[in-house]
Amino acid sequence: MLITHAGLVIEVVAYPFSDSYTDAFSGLPTVTNLLAGALLLTALLIVWRRELRPIVFLLGVQGAILAALPILYGVRSANVELIVVGIAVLLMRALLLPTILVRAVAAGRAARRETKPLVGTAPSLLVCAVLIVVAFAVTSPIVELQPTASVRAAPAAFAVLLVAVFTMAARRQALSQVVGFLMLDNAITAGAFLLTGGVPLVVELGASLDVLFAVLVLGLLATHMHRVFGDTDVHQLQELRD
Amino acid sequence: MDLFVLLGPTAPAAAAALSALLGWHRISALGTASAAAAIGVSGVVLAARSGADPTYALGGLLRADSLSAIMLIVIGAVGTLASVAGITYLDGEIATGHISPQRGRLYATLVPAFLAAMALAVLAANIGIMWAAIEATTVITAFLVGHRGHRLALEAAWKYVVICSVGIAIALLGTVLLYFAAEHAGASPGQALNLDTLLAYAAKLDPSVTRLAAGLLLIGYGAKAGLVPFHTWLADAHSQAPAPVSALMSGVLLAVGFSALLRLAPVLEPAAGAGYLRTGLLVVGMLTVAVAALLLTVQTDFKRMLAYSSMENMGLIAIAAAVGTRLAIAALLLHVLAHGLGKSVLFLAAGTLQESHHSTSISAVRAVLARSRLVATSFAVGVAVVVALPPFAMFASEITIARSLADARLGWVLAVVGVFVVIAFAAIVQRTIGMLLGAPDADAPAIAVPRPVGIALIAGVTACLLLGITAGPLAGFINQAATLVGGA
Repeated sequence: MLITHAGLVIEVVAYPFSDSYTDAFSGLPTVTNLLAGALLLTALLIVWRRELRPIVFLLGVQGAILAALPILYGVRSANVELIVVGIAVLLMRALLLPTILVRAVAAGRAARRETKPLVGTAPSLLVCAVLIVVAFAVTSPIVELQPTASVRAAPAAFAVLLVAVFTMAARRQALSQVVGFLMLDNAITAGAFLLTGGVPLVVELGASLDVLFAVLVLGLLATHMHRVFGDTDVHQLQELRD
Repeated sequence: MDLFVLLGPTAPAAAAALSALLGWHRISALGTASAAAAIGVSGVVLAARSGADPTYALGGLLRADSLSAIMLIVIGAVGTLASVAGITYLDGEIATGHISPQRGRLYATLVPAFLAAMALAVLAANIGIMWAAIEATTVITAFLVGHRGHRLALEAAWKYVVICSVGIAIALLGTVLLYFAAEHAGASPGQALNLDTLLAYAAKLDPSVTRLAAGLLLIGYGAKAGLVPFHTWLADAHSQAPAPVSALMSGVLLAVGFSALLRLAPVLEPAAGAGYLRTGLLVVGMLTVAVAALLLTVQTDFKRMLAYSSMENMGLIAIAAAVGTRLAIAALLLHVLAHGLGKSVLFLAAGTLQESHHSTSISAVRAVLARSRLVATSFAVGVAVVVALPPFAMFASEITIARSLADARLGWVLAVVGVFVVIAFAAIVQRTIGMLLGAPDADAPAIAVPRPVGIALIAGVTACLLLGITAGPLAGFINQAATLVGGA
């Protein structure tokens, strides 16, 4: 079982590297590919694991990998703004947000384990493999428009996005949904860095603040939910329907 | 630098700061109501003098054209009604200790913050900031939806934040792709998200990337506007929120979400092809009307009925946008304003029914007319507005949308949508008659109408009637704004 999983993971993660990159536009093609692949790998590991603590740890790792993109480009092109953005991303996505989530688990305000996800692990990984192929297919016009090294790695970010949406749909714990949401946001930020070298600072700032507040709101709601329902299984939320 | 442009976001932001200081207090509530009125005034002033060129403020961060002005008028009108009605809203609950003063302070602060975020969303010159402001409305209103803190409110708030945040995140990806396309077309990186820059480069954007972006933006902002497929949060959130917040969410927030698409349509269409976005809007709009009409026929809850009526009207708005001619867009804007007013009156009237019956079940409410003439009349007028009966303005706007569909050789759409509109009409009218007429039971509770709610209801009904009889100078403003989206 484990071996098939690992094989699948390696196969899908290797996909972005199967193409030989000759274009060295950014000067960092290998590192870019490595980072984009690592983002996808962490996303798949999050799908694979069920214990919530390791999932949150993986999310932090993903945040750190994401932060490496602007920091590396910034150092290379001596662009201070990019380095600052990268450090802000590192602090928020690799430290602040995972800490908030780990505390929720540790304080018993959220379950420790995703015991009964709607989709099991093996089918989930298969679905993710399909989603990755879809992501690479729909993003082909982007790569064709500007086939530089960093843009060629962007489909991996789209793949993370689809995997994130799938995670949110397939999991039942409130915390898993928050992790899925943050992964989705990591994917969009990664896409922005890879495609455009990052959106303007003011937009990035606004977006990051919104995400931070959204997570705080969700955390607060989950706390209330735990108090009122005695659990954080979002599938109990079925009273409002037609 | 223009003070009236600045007034839109800053007046409610100041009211929010005041409320944060004072907590739940008569003065902070009056501050919110005056801030809402100020938004409306700024909208009227901007509409009255905006020529072809937009007005800027804050070093180009804010940009007001006639479309922003119309949206400011809608935010101001609905915001004033809702915040006047809300002046004494929490008094009872705080007096009885149901709600702590901290929660009261939070509520008092978030309502004007919500108004500020909406004003910023329609005034942002940068589509990234527009996105951030629209996402901020989700975060702000989440607390307001979950305000009561019981199971149903938590469920509604959770689904609302999760679905809308995912939807709006998809719109962010669309925005990033648009930025990528604009940069590639030669726009300078610092300017590539500015609306004016994007409009200037619209014809040079890469068609296939723009199409991908258009699809993502349609799904993303569509979620916020309550369009299929991300519509499921709408009825939950709108039915669980406190009455003044429901009025704001149903009456204007949906339209603000949709206005993002109206803003972006002229940017996307030259490269993606006029048919691409319009086909998407048409499909989504028709599905939305159909789903809403069918769900209306099985409704047993009057607040959910009102929410699905909003969804039906957003579907009609999407269809009008799909036609995209100047006539259709003018009808769309009139529809937005009339629906905002009518739906606010309805949600405020529904709020008094919920308070007195401690229920939102349609079967629990009978013979309202015999117990409160004001509430029954307001509810009846509100329903007449949202099902588009004459003499109210939505009759004119729906007829115009129908005419523009016929002009665009989309008669089959008109036929299909017409069937669902009739179904929705029958479902709403039948339930309303059941609620309003009849002889009251002996144990039926009295319907108390707090004075501010009464004032808001009378003002709202008057506004609906006035708008129905004559659009007055608004007709000129609306035509001007429609030219921006639909061309001359």
